[in-house]
Amino acid sequence: MTLGEGQVWLLIGAMVLMTAGTKAIGPALVGGRPLPRWFSGVSALLAPALLTALVVTAVFADGRRLAVGVDTVAVAVGVVLMMFRVHLVLACVVAVLVAAGLRALG
Amino acid sequence: MSSESFRRGLRLGAPLSAVGFVLSLSFGVLAVQAGFTVLQAIVTSALVFAGSAQFAALAIVSGGGGIGAALGAATMMHSRFLAMGVALAPSLPGGPLRRAVEGQAVIDASWALASRGDGTFDRALLFGTTIPQYASWVAGTITGALLGDLFGDPERFGLDVLFPTFFVGILVADLRRPRARVAALVGGGIALALVPFTPAGVPVLAAGAAALVGLGRSGPTGHRPAEEAAAA
Repeated sequence: MTLGEGQVWLLIGAMVLMTAGTKAIGPALVGGRPLPRWFSGVSALLAPALLTALVVTAVFADGRRLAVGVDTVAVAVGVVLMMFRVHLVLACVVAVLVAAGLRALG
Repeated sequence: MSSESFRRGLRLGAPLSAVGFVLSLSFGVLAVQAGFTVLQAIVTSALVFAGSAQFAALAIVSGGGGIGAALGAATMMHSRFLAMGVALAPSLPGGPLRRAVEGQAVIDASWALASRGDGTFDRALLFGTTIPQYASWVAGTITGALLGDLFGDPERFGLDVLFPTFFVGILVADLRRPRARVAALVGGGIALALVPFTPAGVPVLAAGAAALVGLGRSGPTGHRPAEEAAAA
């Protein structure tokens, strides 16, 4: 890391302002008004769209490259367990153990 | 605010907080290894409280990047909260300042769990789910920053797969709706298509456009991701 201690504090301060501002803008500006019908249909689908994007980028993106790796296999194992109605937390634990095991072997 | 919803949120947040503890522990370890002081690592988690933005900024500065690049990457990763905040807004009472403060409670998992599936949100459940996650996020960072040398590389222990696996668990309840499956497929496709061509964060932000498949339709009623996740 090339940043000095003062620069790190500057970065932290800027991140605090950025994250707080990002979370505040929508609630402050849109207000307590009911959403129009078209918007409620769209906002109801934001969660599946964004969560899927987070998952696929986490398991397939390696920088700007798409790749299948240990993390892909481990998450897939967790997904299969959930399909067999294994509890979410247990599926997460197994996925972590699979990733750790494969990396230890590799 | 419903105390029953709040308590249900606390119960739902407990397993999430265990995941968050481990993830923030890895942030504490990596931040100190990168050159943050212990106090800086802890303050970051306590005041920023945004895993993806924190890890994005850390990755940039660890690789030799400057403040602008780190802040840019963090902003990209965090920009999805703009859309989440707009969606949440009508479910928050009070004036603009109060709503802006309450909007700080939004994190990915609590936002998704508080969604009633009809475009409205259970505010009490949102708060209940976030509180234990915040506590564990800070506690994990403190542990990782202080004991970092004992852990070494967190990826060696497979900790990087925790959150994607967990998000899939939240998604499973949502994907029972056909239109949600379409949005998920399109969103995932957009994100993967953009990975080779755009900076980190942009693919996830752009994936939000997939929600436009819901144009002209009100969200379904009777769908409660929180209850279905709790029963999983």
